[in-house]
Amino acid sequence: MAVAAITENYVGERLDRVENFHGNQVLYIGWDHHLMFCAPVAFAVPPETPFSKVLDELIPGAFSLHPEFGEIDWDQVEWHLNAESFTPDANVTLAGQGIDHKSILRFATPGLNGIKGSGS
Amino acid sequence: MSNKKLNLKDKYRLLTRDLEWEFSYRDRKEIFPQEDFEGIKITDWSKWEDPFRLTMDSYWKYQAEKEKKLYAIFDAFSQNNGQQNVTDARYVNAIKLFLTGVSPLEYQAYSGFAHVGRQFGGAGARVACQMQSLDELRHVQTQIHAMSHYNKHFDGFQDFAHMHDRVWYLSVPKSFFDDARSAGPFEFMVAIGFSFEYVLTNLLFVPFMSGAAYNGDMATVTFGFSAQSDEARHMTLGLEVIKFLLEQHEDNVPIVQRWINKWLWRGYRVLTLVAMMMDYMLPNKVMSWQESFEVYFEEAASSLFKDLARYGIEMPPYAADAIAEKEHLSHQAWSIFYNYGHAAAFHTWMPTEQEMDWLSEKYPNSFDQYYRPRFEKWREMEEAGERYYNPTLPMLCQTCQIPMGFTDMENPTMTSYRQSVYDGERYNFCSNGCKDIFDYEPEKYVQAWMPVHQIFQGNCGGPEMEDVLGDYYKINLGVDNLDFKGSPDEARWNAWHNLIPAEDKLKKAS
Repeated sequence: MAVAAITENYVGERLDRVENFHGNQVLYIGWDHHLMFCAPVAFAVPPETPFSKVLDELIPGAFSLHPEFGEIDWDQVEWHLNAESFTPDANVTLAGQGIDHKSILRFATPGLNGIKGSGS
Repeated sequence: MSNKKLNLKDKYRLLTRDLEWEFSYRDRKEIFPQEDFEGIKITDWSKWEDPFRLTMDSYWKYQAEKEKKLYAIFDAFSQNNGQQNVTDARYVNAIKLFLTGVSPLEYQAYSGFAHVGRQFGGAGARVACQMQSLDELRHVQTQIHAMSHYNKHFDGFQDFAHMHDRVWYLSVPKSFFDDARSAGPFEFMVAIGFSFEYVLTNLLFVPFMSGAAYNGDMATVTFGFSAQSDEARHMTLGLEVIKFLLEQHEDNVPIVQRWINKWLWRGYRVLTLVAMMMDYMLPNKVMSWQESFEVYFEEAASSLFKDLARYGIEMPPYAADAIAEKEHLSHQAWSIFYNYGHAAAFHTWMPTEQEMDWLSEKYPNSFDQYYRPRFEKWREMEEAGERYYNPTLPMLCQTCQIPMGFTDMENPTMTSYRQSVYDGERYNFCSNGCKDIFDYEPEKYVQAWMPVHQIFQGNCGGPEMEDVLGDYYKINLGVDNLDFKGSPDEARWNAWHNLIPAEDKLKKAS
């Protein structure tokens, strides 16, 4: 029983199935310990998007207002995809490296601890 | 015919039990089709103890007297330009939040109680729910009347009902009640009657009503008093429902326990809005969210669950998570609204230096370490003419629909992420409570109308965010939203009180 319902074997409409996003999929990105951005952010992007676009456009667009953004050493960044350790390839598409609909991509920047070390 | 005057108890018996009849040509199951599917077993409806014995004639009499007083005070408030006597125009944003976020829930409660007031096989339970339904309708009406006066003088009140159905943060209270109303009748009663009205109500109404009292808002305080005796009856009904279900059959115990676990967490998440209202939106503070939570949840709930232990009911496991968050919740919530102040139908602002000192004092373990540096940075940006607004849409929790602004309490600067994969699709959550609720009934929550996803799907107008906010949400851009500083609300307030904004003072001086 996946829901208590008056009709037997009730199936709910999946409101966020990928087909509803007009060729896009949802991608969430969070910068660990930088809570000036109150929550991870959400994008709707095609699965064919190369990861280089995430690095060059999506992440700067969302996070560059942070005073530490310019100090990030991108070679040292630690990535997680859906809680698993992850090494992205800038030249491969999202779909090509297992970043699927409603995936969470996190990046951590060791040594950068947020505004005055507050994790903000 | 006897002319003997009936006492209240006899009248009430005639009103309820005596209006019941035996069904001779229809099957009971046809008449009460929703009574069984949740797994609850009722063996004897006659064991129902009427929680309040209020007959129709005395109900009308009491309520009419209360209304007379209430509307006399509303009139006096408006004739005396009461809106000018609140502590500060920032305060009014707390009641904008109330009117858009809470008053429509009163309407949902009216509808929900009217529905279950038809579904129960016991006449006593049906009448009690119908009476509560009437109260809830009265509450939404009196709240709209109380606040309509502010609508003449402040922005952001005008489309509260429309906004409740569409605006991203209002989907939090709306989806909470939609969840309850689309559940079976017994779950609805445990959700709203017990968890919300009995356990959590003091955390909602006391802060808003005392906040109104401390900030010179006579209209809202008076509404609060007028609703108080109704709320007392609702609490009695909530407790009676729990006791009745637990005493009817031992098989009900695990079901009721699961509902209590779920609905206390769901309700607590909705109260996030109250936490930030108390700590950030009241110019004159009543008490901190933490203090209020300790009195009205920790102390009250622990004695309640001691009483319920004899039925085999335990404190929900998520209570520990809520307690752990108490030093962080309001700051994280205000951060969300400050980030997205351009997309809210009320004003946001950074606390003054004095207010930050109050927060440091009230939250010695968290504010200075985690939040004050962030807020000082935001204030700096604002002073430089670059007030910070988050340029990207937030990720939301699939269950509570709040932006994922909560953190792991063992690592308070790390976002709390939870994920489930169901039927080949990922679903994301802010907490164990929200994830467990989804995992138990995924077919319900796959249907969640997630505001950010709906925007991406093109269902909220567009293509620009201004179109979504202005045309679809009906926020008057540049008027209802953005920072309090520089708002028309602020300008009007200053004009009433002959106040000169600090910036103009500087200009004059130079």
